Formats: sequence, structure tokens, C-alpha cells
Amino acid sequence: MKIAVCIKRVPDSETRVKIAADGKSLDEAGVKFVLNPYDEFAVEEALRRKEAAGTGEVAVFSLGPAAAQETIRTALAMGADRGVLLQTDKIPADPFEAAKLLAAELRGSSWDLILFGRMAIDDYNTQVGPLVAELLNLPCVTAVAHLEIDGTKGVAEREIEGGIEVVDFPLPAVLTADKGLNEPRYPALKGIMAAKKKPLEVKPVQPGTGTLEIVALIPPPERKEGKIVGEGAGAVGELVRLLREEAKVL
Amino acid sequence: MSGNVLAVLEERDGKLRKVSFEVVTAARRLGAKIDAVVCDASNREGAAAALADRAKTGYRAVVFAGTATGKDLAPRVAARLGVPVAADLTDLVAEGGGGGLVVTRPVYAGKALLKVKVTAQPAVLSLRPNVFTPDADAAAVTPERLAVKPGGRVTVREIKAAPAGMLDVAEAQVIISGGRGLKEPANFRVLEELAHAFGGRAAVGASRAVVDAGWRAHSDQVGQTGKTVSPSLYIAVGISGAIQHLAGMRTSKVIVAINKDKDAPIFKVADYGVVGDLFEIVPKLTEEIRKLHG
Repeated sequence: MKIAVCIKRVPDSETRVKIAADGKSLDEAGVKFVLNPYDEFAVEEALRRKEAAGTGEVAVFSLGPAAAQETIRTALAMGADRGVLLQTDKIPADPFEAAKLLAAELRGSSWDLILFGRMAIDDYNTQVGPLVAELLNLPCVTAVAHLEIDGTKGVAEREIEGGIEVVDFPLPAVLTADKGLNEPRYPALKGIMAAKKKPLEVKPVQPGTGTLEIVALIPPPERKEGKIVGEGAGAVGELVRLLREEAKVL
Repeated sequence: MSGNVLAVLEERDGKLRKVSFEVVTAARRLGAKIDAVVCDASNREGAAAALADRAKTGYRAVVFAGTATGKDLAPRVAARLGVPVAADLTDLVAEGGGGGLVVTRPVYAGKALLKVKVTAQPAVLSLRPNVFTPDADAAAVTPERLAVKPGGRVTVREIKAAPAGMLDVAEAQVIISGGRGLKEPANFRVLEELAHAFGGRAAVGASRAVVDAGWRAHSDQVGQTGKTVSPSLYIAVGISGAIQHLAGMRTSKVIVAINKDKDAPIFKVADYGVVGDLFEIVPKLTEEIRKLHG
């Protein structure tokens, strides 16, 4: 199994969002960055598939700033064999530009699987995986929560509203991983030490400007000050009255 | 380039889904004339090809619902048009004359909103479900059915439906979510009874903590690694309100929190809070709701 996993360095979800002076981006001072949680499922799945096959390679690819080398090292510490950083100071606001750079890097090797997380928890774009699949003309299943592979035949399950879709696809394929696919491992100390010696190639890239232009990053509208209606079951009557007469939702 | 807008609708069991009327409503904001289409998405690549071929005939914008299917289909269509998807939109504003478009999308777990100018032709958009209120006459739309050529590589073999009568949290008008405060899985019964009192409009959701503990299915999880919901009424029961949970429900129209800890962060986003023992408060609420609907 030769597997590529595309990963992203994202701010930890606990991050306090402070908007930078340009009014268009996150002020990164003091922000802790992590491997995107959905990408952990993708890395884990790649490692399990390689381990089950007994042979193969797991290579991780990331588009991002120099600091994304740390993110790649996290994946290497989990067990991936090598990493490639497509280095740019600015991740393009247009995900199609990001997809073009990743597709150009992945093209030319014969991957059995190319895995992504279902979405990145910073920009919620939910599309770089399927965009890359289209650019490489590979079949794609998104938001995979269960996966079975037999030779070059795959069956994936994905959650939809009110049910589960069972999807047939052939390998090679691009898949995006949802929660539930597996339980990602924590890098062991041995893995962390080994990761320092694994190959990590850095290639500078120049993203195009694309067709999505950030106008502003703004705080969400404040929810109007809520009220504590009261304590205990005795407050329920008043709660119901407020929901009917004030909020008009009953 | 015509100024028309292509509205991609979704159906289930032969009926248009509510989210389709939201798509129609948003599409109308962008152009004087909309063309509404549906197609069988079980052959994903065939559906993407059919939609892309239609979109190429000259549309200003192509609008999808950001559902499980829409999120899967929209990027495939966009890539075939050489453009990105402006995804998960909560607002959109057409700029005067030049065909420009500014969209709003929540980022960083809903802690900020990104305003983005879309210059792509056509603009491919997906909408966060339950955010755009459908126009009264949106349901009158009669979509054209696009033919899908057979032979795609990715095919939906079957849909395992959730048990009958179970409403998905992503589609419910009312959501009652439970967290660790429920103490044990069997106690979700009190939330199910409350949901039942709403008469088929309500679903029971769950926090990440109880899903990770195996008390509830992942499909019920509301939050960053679960579903993003915007119901009319969200009742958080025994949920402290971690940022990952808020990411999934803060665009709900009205939020009620029931928690024994008066300092729980959930009370900061709640419109109405009741402090106390949920095992006394929720059954009383169920009784009151039954009276209303009785």
C-alpha cells in the first residue's frame, strides 16, 4: 500500500480568536497550532492500512508556512515514513489554488490511496480532498466513517442526514476521513525520536491568487445577553412563557 | 454570460427536502431568474458531470445546500468548472451591477466570520442548512430533472436509514442535547421524552464527551467534530458548553441551557437558562410542552 496523506497545520480549537491589524486574518501571536484533528484520522487510517498490508509507504504532504514542519513531524512521530512541505507563508484563501499545488505534487506517483481529513477546523472549506481528486481524475468518497478494502475494491460508509450511505469505489482513490473511522494513536516517545531522523523535504511554492478574496475577518454577532430564568423545576413555567411570548418558538 | 442562477435542489423519497427551499430563496437573491434542477446523486460522478455540463451553459452562480450530499457534490462540480466552492455560507450579498458577490462564512469554530468576495465565474456556493429562511412561495418551485449518464466509478449501493420516526439533528426544528450531566446513557430517556412531546419536530443531540464515552451515536453529536446545526430552539441539558460544542450550535435561533452549575460557559451563549437538577427540570418541561401540544 502506497498512501499519501495531506495534512494541515491549524490553530487549536481552544484558541481565542484575535483579529490581526489588517482586519482580514487571525493574529497568530500566542496561538497554539496543531495537526488538524480530522487529518489525524487520515494519518491513522494510512498507518493501519500499511501495517495490515505488511509493506508500503505512508508519505505526508502539507501546504503551509515553515512552521508546518512541526505538523509534519507529528505525523512522522505517529509512524508516517516521510514528509513533504509545500512551503508558502500564505495558505491561499481560494482552496482550488491549494488543491492545484497538492495535485501537482501528488501527480506522477502511483498512490493506492490519497487521504485527507473531511475538513480543516480553521477555514471549514470541506473541499480540498475532492478538488484534488477531480484534478487527478481519481474516484473520491468524502467523510468516510467506515472503510473496507479488498484488493482494488473499496466500500465506504458515510453519515448523511437520517442515515448512512454505503458507497462502492475502486482503488486508487481519494478519501476524506470523518470522525469514527478509527481512534488515532498518540505518538510514543520512540516515535517522536525516530521522527527527527525521517526525511522531510521542503519545496517552496507560489500559490495563485484565485477567485476568493478575503474582504474582512470579523467577530460573530454578539448573542444578546441571556437571562437566568430561575432555579429548579419551579422556573419551568416562566421558561415556557418566555419561549412562547418573547422568543415565539413554541 | 447570462445572469441566471442555477439552484441545485435535493430530494429524499421523491420529495424535495426543506433545505431545497432555502437554496431557492438564496438563489433568488442573486439573480432575476433561477433555474432549479434535481438529479439522482447515487452515481456521484455522473451527477457531477450532469450538473457541470449544465452550469457551463452560462450561469452567474450555482447554489448547493451544504448537506452531506451537497458538500460532496459541490467541489466535484466546482473543479470541473475550474473554480472553488464558497462553502458553508450564512449570508450572501450581490453587489450592484458588475456581478460581484460578497459572502459570509463562519470560521475558527464560529468564533469569527469571514467575508469573502467571490470573483469566480460561475460562483459555486453552498449554504449552511437551516440558516436561510425559505420564502413562502419557494415550495412552489418545480425543478427540472437532469439526466445522469450511467457509468460513474463512485456509486451509492444503499442507504441504511435511521430507525423510523427518528429525526436527524441536522434537520430538526428543535434539538434537545445532552452531556455528561445526564450521568449515564439510560438517562437520555428523559430527553427523548421531551423530544417526543414536541410531536415529531425534535431530535436528541449529544455532546462530544458522551459520544466519545459510547453513550450516543456519532450521528447525534453536535459540535466541531460532529454536526453543525441551526434549529429554531436548542435546549442544552447537562452540557457545560466547551468551545467545540458551541461551534456546532451557536447559530441556533434560541438557546436554552439547563445545568446545575450556574457558572457553566453554556449560560453565556444561552438566551434562557435554568439552574438546577435536570432530572427535576426536564420532566417538568416535558409536562408543560405536552400541555401546549395536547
